[in-house]
Amino acid sequence: MITLRINGENRSVDATGDVPLLWALRDLLGLTGTKFGCGIAQCGACTVHLDGKAVRSCVLPISLVGDRAITTIEGVGKTPTGASVQNAWLDLEVVQCGYCQSGQIMSAAALLAETPNPDDDAIDAAMSGNICRCGTYVRIRAAIKRAAKATAATAT
Amino acid sequence: MSAPVDMQSPLDLQSPRRRALLQVGAAAAGGVLFGFHAGRAIAESAGRRPADALFAPNAFIRIDTHGSITLIMPQVEMGQGVYTSLAMVLAEELDADFARVVLQAAPPDTKLYANPVFGVQATGNSNSIRAFWIPLRKAGAATRALLLQAAARTWKVDAASLATDRSTVIHQPSGRKLSYGDLAATALAMTMTGAATIPADPPLKHISEFKLIGKPIKRLDAPDKVNGSTRFGIDAMPAGLKFATLAASPVFGGTVQHVDDRAALTVPGVRQVVVLDNLVAVIADHTWAAMRGLAALEITWNEGANATVGQAQIWQQIERASDASGAVAKAVGDADKGLAQGDRHEAVYRLPFLAHAPMEPMNCTVHVRPDGCEIWVGTQVAARTQEIAAKVCQLPTDKVIVHNQLLGGGFGRRLEVDMTEKAVRIAQHVAGPLKVIWSREEDIRQDLYRPMYYDRLTASVSDGRILGWHHRITGSSVMARWLPAAYQKNIDGDAVDSAVDIPYDIANLRIEYVRDEPPAVPTGFWRGVGPNNNVFAIESFFDELAAASHKDPLAFRRDLLQGQPRLRAALDLATSKAGWGTPVTPRPGQSAGVRTGRGVAAQVAFASYIATVAEVEVGPDGEVHVRRIVCAVDSGIVVNPDTVVAQLQGGLIFGLTAALYGSITISKGRVQQGNFNDYRMLRIDQAPAIEVHLIASDESPGGIGETGATAAPPAVVNAIYAATGIRLRQLPIDREILAGRRKA
Repeated sequence: MITLRINGENRSVDATGDVPLLWALRDLLGLTGTKFGCGIAQCGACTVHLDGKAVRSCVLPISLVGDRAITTIEGVGKTPTGASVQNAWLDLEVVQCGYCQSGQIMSAAALLAETPNPDDDAIDAAMSGNICRCGTYVRIRAAIKRAAKATAATAT
Repeated sequence: MSAPVDMQSPLDLQSPRRRALLQVGAAAAGGVLFGFHAGRAIAESAGRRPADALFAPNAFIRIDTHGSITLIMPQVEMGQGVYTSLAMVLAEELDADFARVVLQAAPPDTKLYANPVFGVQATGNSNSIRAFWIPLRKAGAATRALLLQAAARTWKVDAASLATDRSTVIHQPSGRKLSYGDLAATALAMTMTGAATIPADPPLKHISEFKLIGKPIKRLDAPDKVNGSTRFGIDAMPAGLKFATLAASPVFGGTVQHVDDRAALTVPGVRQVVVLDNLVAVIADHTWAAMRGLAALEITWNEGANATVGQAQIWQQIERASDASGAVAKAVGDADKGLAQGDRHEAVYRLPFLAHAPMEPMNCTVHVRPDGCEIWVGTQVAARTQEIAAKVCQLPTDKVIVHNQLLGGGFGRRLEVDMTEKAVRIAQHVAGPLKVIWSREEDIRQDLYRPMYYDRLTASVSDGRILGWHHRITGSSVMARWLPAAYQKNIDGDAVDSAVDIPYDIANLRIEYVRDEPPAVPTGFWRGVGPNNNVFAIESFFDELAAASHKDPLAFRRDLLQGQPRLRAALDLATSKAGWGTPVTPRPGQSAGVRTGRGVAAQVAFASYIATVAEVEVGPDGEVHVRRIVCAVDSGIVVNPDTVVAQLQGGLIFGLTAALYGSITISKGRVQQGNFNDYRMLRIDQAPAIEVHLIASDESPGGIGETGATAAPPAVVNAIYAATGIRLRQLPIDREILAGRRKA
């Protein structure tokens, strides 16, 4: 048994330590919002937070998580940054098929938590690991800037 | 979103009558069903006679007593926004409360839900709005008329004194109100007894009266997609689920010779290895165990006859095939005579195989029982999914239940049922429900690929006029396999789409099609379908003709679009917004040796008129950065303008990925690419700024979902020519040529 702290709750997983966090979340814990896209950390669909930092869960064995806090798309709306990112995504109608968007939102929330007012280069650096086949990049860029503004407005 | 459970007997409606616009019946789960037939007109305009003379309904409006209104129809949501836009079209004429309109995927049933253009239940060819535009509005208007009659009878007032607003009938003199939910049962009873009349041709709103159509309405599917609660096919979790992954023969057409599964069965969590004639699957407690188990298998394949097939051989074959005359898809005037005059130019354009690579890899969840089969999958073809499962299981189709899920990308890949066929064959050997997931490598290597194309173009030009035009398209016919009835007289109507209806003024032309099936490699529809190839070839060639005539590429096109005011207007708008004719300003910090240029392309495809200007930078190393794309689109009446803009933005990126990176190549009968490291996708750091300008129009709506994919590649290669003087006639772009290290 391995205990993981996910979205503020302790969850036990009956699996060997080599199982990537992605499959523990999806198949063993039923948290299907985190997506499988490539299995080799090339597409970012599986992005979650470990202590607020974006990581690719498809290549992260659960034995290496330790006591770090895991946040998934199901829980990120409870953080102020996550909520403002989700709101900006809705305001600007970012999604199309939506499959990659869990990972996009997780990457964007981690970016804004660290860099509250990112410029285009910072957005490129943080988001270029997330592929969107529907091609929603133009709106992702705009939504990140909108979320940054909204967060700044709440903070002041 | 799963199949509705109360639709098992929609034919319990009053028996189909000739020319009844609506059929009304009780819904099994409560409420009232208003059935109608969508898309007859478009079927007939496409030259297809519907199978029966009766107007059997193929879409349904359900009004329940609580006032929610459900539209049940066969089109599926795969990101294109159709659940929202079709709900808007219905709500407009019905005067429904849009906040309470729900869309539900129809269950599989070819007889009921066949797409009027294809004759099969399918979402594709960018035709959802075109197919439903008039029928859905008429059904909404007729349903509203019945509800008005029900209110008039209830209050014993003249129907002319009644108005509607947001799912409510209002008696204006007295201010009394009744909701549609309250009136539906009365409307049903009155229809059954003949006390109410279904209008044969209800008047539709004038464009100026629209309250919803033309407004940027928020997508209904967005909230669940930003909080992770949307269930795609891959998220199906029936109780007792086991997980599987598979390896099919890496050589197309190969079979399994021998499998050593001893090591695999020792992997913790692995339960079972299923060996079939052409694939091997590992069944486990979770997907990772299945993947590790699969990696531990030692599989020996009988590679068969395709084991020597290589890319050079496939190119050689298609080139040779294109030497012979093809079937004439269109002839106007005397092309040969025209070509004998003026300055004659020839060029050949080539396009590679492409994989679809939707972000949701292929997957299918199946529970096979002795007396039935249950399937969870996201598919563009629900009825074919049901049929293939029934065939594999040797069950009647009504014993197969398909829960159609939202699609994590379609792009044509989910017009196929190979994933269901394989998953069902595996699940037949497993007790309980089984989710089969393709690794990304399997997804890319076991696709049905966008065909390679080889286009020969010849034209003669004199003084800016085209005297003769010959276009020979050579490639695989997807249609001949997918819908054989639509492959007639050796012509694939899709493969010549946007070539036979080339928009320019050309007095003498001949368009030919040569079918050439590649050895080994299966082909399928891919976003943009036939126009992808033809728009690229024609618009590239037009740029060449302009250059050879010493004309500006815009002026050359404009002069030959006298009969195309809509396309000309799009060209004028896109080029003026893009600053056509002004120098491309250097980017701050742009390094020396970077060459810049603008290119233009125009297209009529899927009944939409689009002009596109791309602005590119070409580095000394041959790397291309597309800096900006400006697009003007006349898509007729636009239902949801924000969806049209989004489809263009995304479609252009899809097309850019193909132009800059897309290539599937074959060696020893195998696909050489396998994941996003070697089958590259455009990422945000390479995404250009995109401007989409909509042109107001009162023409019928055009298709939009695929148009951006066809628009980007020719605009980019034309911009590269403007920047470098180098004409690229093959995609993806060749950086070696642009760096001067290889001759074009």
